[in-house]
Amino acid sequence: MSETQAEITAEIQSIEAADAGKGLEQPRRDYPPYRSSLLRHPTKSLVHADPESIELWAPCFGHQDVGAAEADLTIQHSGEPLGERMVVAGRITDGGGRPVAHQLVEIWQANAGGRYIHKRDQHPAPLDPNFTGAGRCLTDADGRYRFQTIKPGPYPWRNHLNAWRPAHIHFSLFGREFTQRLVTQMYFPGDPLFPLDPIFQSVTDPASRELMIATYDHDLTTPEYATGYRWDIVLTGSHRTPMEDV
Amino acid sequence: MTTPGQTVGPFFHYALPYEGGGDLVPPGRAGAIRLHGHVYDGAGDPVPDALLELWQADPGGQVPQVGGSLRRDGWTFTGFGRAETDAAGHYSFTTLMPGGTSPFFAVTVFARGLTHRLFTRIYPPSARSEADPFLAGLEPERRDTLVATPDEHGLVFDVHLQGDNETVFLTFPGHR
Repeated sequence: MSETQAEITAEIQSIEAADAGKGLEQPRRDYPPYRSSLLRHPTKSLVHADPESIELWAPCFGHQDVGAAEADLTIQHSGEPLGERMVVAGRITDGGGRPVAHQLVEIWQANAGGRYIHKRDQHPAPLDPNFTGAGRCLTDADGRYRFQTIKPGPYPWRNHLNAWRPAHIHFSLFGREFTQRLVTQMYFPGDPLFPLDPIFQSVTDPASRELMIATYDHDLTTPEYATGYRWDIVLTGSHRTPMEDV
Repeated sequence: MTTPGQTVGPFFHYALPYEGGGDLVPPGRAGAIRLHGHVYDGAGDPVPDALLELWQADPGGQVPQVGGSLRRDGWTFTGFGRAETDAAGHYSFTTLMPGGTSPFFAVTVFARGLTHRLFTRIYPPSARSEADPFLAGLEPERRDTLVATPDEHGLVFDVHLQGDNETVFLTFPGHR
């Protein structure tokens, strides 16, 4: 871990310049500035497959799987967690614009001090006894989700010297079909760490990176209680025909 | 434009895995098999912070469309399971053999260091390339990376994220 931020930033900028105009919507799996990716990305081309029966469908989840209270990360303990209480809400559609209805959304995140409740997180920031940082919900018939949580803090990691992650919330999403599965991260507007972070920058197309950033939405802000952020999510397109959709 | 993926990171363990996630059926039930293996990186080292998801038809070839994967009742076959690798890079599912015309396990792989999920398929040892156009289209030495091998309790399938035995990973129409 001897590289400086300046060296990592130079690598980030050079790859972005080489990818300019390619319109890559997804992150590069081969992205050396994120050092942990070096031995963990395929070097052979992905093989094109036409989805077969099972891949045209996604797993179903229902109210037996997810309790209504699991969407509120601020009520999981006896006291109020520390930090800025916030709501994040949005709508999930697939690449055909169809709402992803009654489907599972899972989130996890650091606390307000930038600390995860995970045994491998060694960041010397305090744990919050009133905050775990994991939640679930089901989307409604129109594909809408809503969580109440605490705004996570940025935190250091060991990719390089003085590496810091911009504040983010991890999202796990299922679509209407197996091939739409997505795990991603939601970021907050205007974070000064964006240009420095190799995970955020593994998406080398600037317009695509914008899609990972939530919007502050005053209409979602609750008077005297919580700030509001809106983040809509678009999964990949559908392969199932309407005839199969019964 | 689609929302980009990002790595699952190192800290998913308290959020995504859940009790019974890898047991699509209770171990020991009639017809139950163990489907297990290791995840390796390009140096051949085990990956102790990967997460695998399994999605499959039931033995009759039906695609399950029922809830209950997160809180299993012990009776309903939901077709979905999730298992993280342990410190030795090992994962394990207990499940049933899928039936029907495409009797493979659909798999999604996540890991720290992997910026975007990977899709693959696990075919049973009985899969024959002459009967399956997708397998037939693969180079023979790469085809073997998708075929499980039998062991005492079921099937073994290793995932190689990189390297000589790199697993065949899939992209589907419309994926960019």
